[in-house]
Amino acid sequence: MREIDLAIVGAGPAGLSAAIEAAKAGVEVVVFDENQKAGGQLFKQIHKFFGSKAHQAGVRGIDIANNLLEEVEKSGAEVLLDAVVWGTFKTDTLCVTQNGKNVMFRAKKILLATGATENVLAFPGWTLAGVMGAGAIQTMINVHRVLPGKRVLMIGSGNVGLIVSYQLLQAGAEVKAIVEALPTIGGYAVHASKITRCGVPILTSTTIKQAIGKEKVEKAVLIKLDKNLKQIEGTEQQLNVDVICLAIGLSPLSELAWMAGCEFADVQELGGFLPIHNDDMETTVSGIYVAGDIAGIEEASTAIEEGRLAGIAIAESLGFLNADEAKEKKRSILDRSEQLRAGPFGLSRRQAKEQLIRRSLK
Amino acid sequence: MRIEEHPILGPLEKKTIVKIEVDGHTIDAFEDEPIAAALMAAGISVFRYTRKKGQPRGVFCAIGQCTDCMMTVDGIANVRTCITPVKDGMKIRTQQQSGELRTAEQ
Repeated sequence: MREIDLAIVGAGPAGLSAAIEAAKAGVEVVVFDENQKAGGQLFKQIHKFFGSKAHQAGVRGIDIANNLLEEVEKSGAEVLLDAVVWGTFKTDTLCVTQNGKNVMFRAKKILLATGATENVLAFPGWTLAGVMGAGAIQTMINVHRVLPGKRVLMIGSGNVGLIVSYQLLQAGAEVKAIVEALPTIGGYAVHASKITRCGVPILTSTTIKQAIGKEKVEKAVLIKLDKNLKQIEGTEQQLNVDVICLAIGLSPLSELAWMAGCEFADVQELGGFLPIHNDDMETTVSGIYVAGDIAGIEEASTAIEEGRLAGIAIAESLGFLNADEAKEKKRSILDRSEQLRAGPFGLSRRQAKEQLIRRSLK
Repeated sequence: MRIEEHPILGPLEKKTIVKIEVDGHTIDAFEDEPIAAALMAAGISVFRYTRKKGQPRGVFCAIGQCTDCMMTVDGIANVRTCITPVKDGMKIRTQQQSGELRTAEQ
């Protein structure tokens, strides 16, 4: 068993940012990731990020990822790839399978930055090959450069649905339609306008009734919804598609936090059940921290800020930063996070986050 | 289908081409790309048939979380093909049910 100061599970934006801050302060950090490459889901984000300059607006996710990898390399944090963390024991021990071998690590502090998984939607035919998550499509087209199909139906008009539709056009596919169950488009108008200008219809108050196909998707049946989200018989419409893409949100990947005994709360605005944490990102189990999508589904920019916050708080609690240094660093991060959670899109998340942090004080 | 040209990412990077065997047929693949990507590029979309009802399944999440894309690779069942890199000469089989145990010869 190897003994270390800080073990971080997940080398995405949150985990890498935490590693950078903690290692810069002198903490011995090991980051684990089950993939062959660090960077999490940033490498498939080939669009320019939005928000303010402080949050790298205008920079593509792929470039943010490369910058993080460079910084982590300089910071001295160790990144172990092909390393699946499958268990937490006694709240300080991690069981890891790396390159097929089992190894154990005991860490003074553990940060879970495991990210999220895509939500599914059940409808007749939903298990056919060709029904895929929006993130899966992004991975295939932008990272692996393979088109899963030629004619796509997008389910969900949030920012992910709108942006992935545009990326499908860039990759050479045809997007037949974007459907949205609610009467209004979910994502930013700027993205909706862009995709509409490209000739892709966004059908509101509409959902998928059924996917048809023998082994893989051949057709999709759409149906109109009334204001109570009930299907209106007789309004069915068929589309010839070979891919149905689900962009209906994400859920926190929280198995390790459950295993460690963290207390959870159900916060719909942040994606469902997630570990209660305080404003240092520490859960109800002393020494176990969370950051990024596991602590509430938000943007990669928020994950970066939360990761930094956790890294600084951990460095402080291990005695690598004094209280004044830590306070100043945390203050500037909190200011930036508040900006990220401003406006009509961020407000509900901000309120939910504040409520979650208040719960941790009880 | 491979995306040869891309307005943001540029032309497809040249990679080492290797041969893999899928259900007895040989196909070309890029070394170290995920098995699932190689199969999709070759137009294969059904990866396994489920245990109870024998229903077809393909790739859903492509990042190793959902386990829908599991296949039998070099005799080992339940391999997540979306995060397992291609190696030259790999033998891949569409998985039936939960897969089979490896025999001594394999």
